[in-house]
Amino acid sequence: MFDVKKYYDVDNLGVALSLLSKEPHLIVIAGGTDVLIKMQHGWNQEETELLGINRIAELKGIRMLDNGDIEIGALCNFNQIEEDATLQENIIPLVEAAASIGGPQIRNVATIGGNICNGVTSADSASTLFAYDAKLKLSTERSERIVPISEFYMGPGKVALESGELLTHIIIPKESYEGYQGRYIKFARRKAMDIATLGVSVNYRIDEASGCFEDLRIGLGVAGPTPLRCIEAEEYARGTKVSEEGIAGIAGKAVLSSHARTSWRASKEYREHLIEELVAEALLSITDGVRGEEDE
Amino acid sequence: MEEKSNKVVGTSPRRKDAKAKVMGKAKYTADIYESGMLVGKILRSEKAYAYIRNIDTSKAEALPGVEAIISYKDVPKIPYALQAHQFSLDHAGQEDHLIFTDKARFVGDEIGAVIAIDDLTAKKALSLIEVEYEELEPSLTIEAALASKGPWIHEGREHNILSDLWGYEDGDVDKAFTESAHVFEGTYDTGYQQHCHLENHVSYAYMDSEDRIVIVSSTQVPHVARRIVGQALGIPWGRIRVIKPYVGGGFGNKADVRLEPIVAAMTMAVGGRPVILDFSREECMIGTANRHAMRIKIKSGVSEDGKLKVLQGEVLSNAGGYASHGHSPTLVAAGKFVNMYETEAVKVENRTIYTNLPIAGAMRGYGTPQGVYALESHVEDIVTALGLDPITFRKDNFIKENFVNPANGMITHSNGVRECMDRGRELIDWDRKKELYKNQAGPKRRGLGMACFSYETGIYPIAKELGGARIVMNQDGSVQLMCGATEIGQGADTVLAQIAAEVLGIPFDMVHMISTQDTDITPFDFGAYASRQTYVTGLAVKRAANEVKEKILRFAADEIVDLPVYMLDLQDANIVNKHNGQVMAPLDKVALASFYQVDRAEPTTSDVINNAPVNAYSYGATFTEVEVNMRTGKIEILEIFNVHDSGKIINRQLAEGQVEGGMAQAIGQALSEELLMHPTTGKTLNNNLLDYKLPTIMDVPDLGVDFIETYEPTGPMGNKGLGEPPTMSPAPAIRNAVLDATGVAFNRIPMNPQRVFERLKQEGLL
Ligand SMILES: Cc1cc2nc3c(=O)[nH]c(=O)nc-3n(C[C@H](O)[C@H](O)[C@H](O)COP(=O)(O)OP(=O)(O)OC[C@H]3O[C@@H](n4cnc5c(N)ncnc54)[C@H](O)[C@@H]3O)c2cc1C
Repeated sequence: MFDVKKYYDVDNLGVALSLLSKEPHLIVIAGGTDVLIKMQHGWNQEETELLGINRIAELKGIRMLDNGDIEIGALCNFNQIEEDATLQENIIPLVEAAASIGGPQIRNVATIGGNICNGVTSADSASTLFAYDAKLKLSTERSERIVPISEFYMGPGKVALESGELLTHIIIPKESYEGYQGRYIKFARRKAMDIATLGVSVNYRIDEASGCFEDLRIGLGVAGPTPLRCIEAEEYARGTKVSEEGIAGIAGKAVLSSHARTSWRASKEYREHLIEELVAEALLSITDGVRGEEDE
Repeated sequence: MEEKSNKVVGTSPRRKDAKAKVMGKAKYTADIYESGMLVGKILRSEKAYAYIRNIDTSKAEALPGVEAIISYKDVPKIPYALQAHQFSLDHAGQEDHLIFTDKARFVGDEIGAVIAIDDLTAKKALSLIEVEYEELEPSLTIEAALASKGPWIHEGREHNILSDLWGYEDGDVDKAFTESAHVFEGTYDTGYQQHCHLENHVSYAYMDSEDRIVIVSSTQVPHVARRIVGQALGIPWGRIRVIKPYVGGGFGNKADVRLEPIVAAMTMAVGGRPVILDFSREECMIGTANRHAMRIKIKSGVSEDGKLKVLQGEVLSNAGGYASHGHSPTLVAAGKFVNMYETEAVKVENRTIYTNLPIAGAMRGYGTPQGVYALESHVEDIVTALGLDPITFRKDNFIKENFVNPANGMITHSNGVRECMDRGRELIDWDRKKELYKNQAGPKRRGLGMACFSYETGIYPIAKELGGARIVMNQDGSVQLMCGATEIGQGADTVLAQIAAEVLGIPFDMVHMISTQDTDITPFDFGAYASRQTYVTGLAVKRAANEVKEKILRFAADEIVDLPVYMLDLQDANIVNKHNGQVMAPLDKVALASFYQVDRAEPTTSDVINNAPVNAYSYGATFTEVEVNMRTGKIEILEIFNVHDSGKIINRQLAEGQVEGGMAQAIGQALSEELLMHPTTGKTLNNNLLDYKLPTIMDVPDLGVDFIETYEPTGPMGNKGLGEPPTMSPAPAIRNAVLDATGVAFNRIPMNPQRVFERLKQEGLL
């Protein structure tokens, strides 16, 4: 049972932004799959005022811009992401991440914007957005700014949204995907309806001539308080042979960037072991063309 | 002797409740509306072990919409047992629970409640109540509880031992060990498992115009609930009426009488106005029962020629804060030392220990999944060490037909366990795959495992087995069947209607099932527990149907047809000549005449309470193939088959459903499900379905099910128990398959990926 103090339901971005500027304490609700659960567990609902943005058409849809960048509306749900042809063609790991979220009902309402703005390290879409150097378009009534996703996460549950600001779009730059391939592995205890013990997203370009990694970006979820990139491993990877040995070296380095900790859900030791194993697994699928099964 | 079978038993007609459930017409407790219904919420202890020194409710009482706040100060201090054990059994000492307590024994213990006009007001009021605790040192493990210097969790239970009675010894154990060529020892641990029935616990109550308390509840045991509410409140049992509508599963958890006394006290506190108590999942997972976590130690002796000569051991069981079913599941686990393998000597000790953790109670299998896990793991360790064939060893040593349990005199009349093993071996292609999986070295390794079990259908001779059934014939020859035991989703209504139709010689559709139990109306029955219902209640239904049949045939012979009654039978809703099947009169005509014939009137009804001084062993085996990811510690079940000997199968489709559900539950027990408590505060960490890893449908492989249909002469239709047996052998079979794949014996379940990783590392395999 819910009993909120106030609820606005708007279908126009301008109206939403102006409301948010006048009443900055409004809590934005998109799919509500995080917000409603928080409300059930402890929020003082009578003090809660919600701004429903779900019907704002400007925040929906996935399209390729003229410059080749891919723009994803913050309100796209994971079902739409999983089935989108542009993403299927260009950003497989995001499709894989979308398919791994919750179950069919959740995927039909949970939005990618909510996934990111909720600010948790286990957000399945986040590691891939890190690995693709996604940019976030944030708007207020009066201004608009672009923030790289690496600067968006401030800490557990904390993101760089300023007062009155909405996330409107997520942009994947052309340079991040053209000529690149990727893979997302969600390691969870269950095959559905579960939170990742570890999420690994790799995005790489191979120099065919030398058989070496020309570029590699590794995004990890649940390897620290926020999603993160494996800078040491990425630097090491450039020019490293795409071989079992080379990959083992990269995977070993990936652990260096992590800040895994022990909780009752999993130990630091186990999470670090998984980082090494799963980074290797994600990259090994290049060498043998065989895909692992963790994300089935 | 097999009885000649008619046409209904052995077929799979559509479930009696299928349409109602699919169409949303089946009403569950929370679907039934009483106008002016108030909402109750429980005030739970935040401390694992503490005296409640004061409860300040002033702020909460001032909140508009709060109708009453009650606590331990306001309810009778009459200790009662939570569990549905029979009144006749002497369980003194298990009567350890009060409606509300001033001594909290686990985090979540019930110390009071709010009654308010709605859910939100009640929740808000709860947050305004201030509780003053005087904390005590909690015992959060069995070891800590045993080492504690007190105060004992329950007064008079020294060292927190709930019970260590009824250990068992038979034969000369020392001599048998001396004569054994090989001696093995092992310790096996199982975790806290939650039932996770789809429908959470829910009850509501009001007082009627005669000041009787009417309780509508999601319960497995309405008649027992009436008694326990009466005891807890100190009021005559007849002043209480319990109604059980449709129930969305129980698995033993609703065989405790947990909400009913509270909700009765709640309605009394507000002058009889209706109050509902509807647990959330989070609440259900801390505030109801769990499967006992057990530690089972086994020492065995085996002769040179592979005979299991002796079993010795100890069962240590964690009861949590209250007894609930207490020592009984411990004894059932210990029973595995006696009723699976026939040995020369056996000795087993049992201890059930109170701790400051959530309560353990009845859960599908009642100690047996733990006992079978331990024993079947141990047997696998024996055959592995001696290089024996696991199937042959089990077949050679398992109890046989006519075995008499030395502990309780129970006789084995039917036993198809060996055939179950043969069938399982064939289904999984055991011999070929065993050969194939020798000497694996890669990162993913496959293995095969199996395990088997025996299990008592009901609880005789420990206690009485009554079944209640009432049949009323209508003017058209159709009947209403009313049973005292409860449909809780398992399909009992359908199967009992099949038995009635079979005996009466009428089509299944002519048996109208009254699914609701109402203690004012329904015949008495102890309820849905053990694996008894088709067996014990089935015997009552059979007797009731025979009585009705006899009456209508007598009426037909006297008034309608020209043949003596001993020449008549009922078939396909016709009175027939028993000798040649010739139709003498349609049943509807006879039934109608029985109502309207001017010179004769008597009811064609029966009302039976059947005492069933019988019990029967069910058997079965699980065969499974797993793949272990040596890098991540993940175990994947590739194939799994359960083959059961539950006697004659009355409805194959329902039986398969029963087996599949049980297998899924056991897979969870083996691999992922475990309620976790904080090591120093005792607070439950994962009382929600995100963190409690109940397998989803995607985590459960295709489940293979088959039956070996023996004939059980003590059962109503040659049948014996099937409700709980599917949960018994999958966990050890999976564990044994992992041993086969990796060479590592996991003596603790669940085998979750981190645990597997840690063990593989310890063994140097990583
Ligand atoms: C059963 C279940 C299973 C789940 N499984 C997964 C899973 O497998 N993987 C996973 O990553 N997550 C999972 N989640 C979590 C959740 O579904 C996702 O995080 C989802 O993407 C949140 O999106 P939403 O639209 O529902 O967000 P909401 O709940 O509406 O919002 C989440 C947060 O983002 C803010 N917000 C939303 N949109 C915007 C915007 N455009 N601009 C600014 N702020 C905004 C809100 O104010 C709020 O703080 C699950 C949740 C449930 C209930």
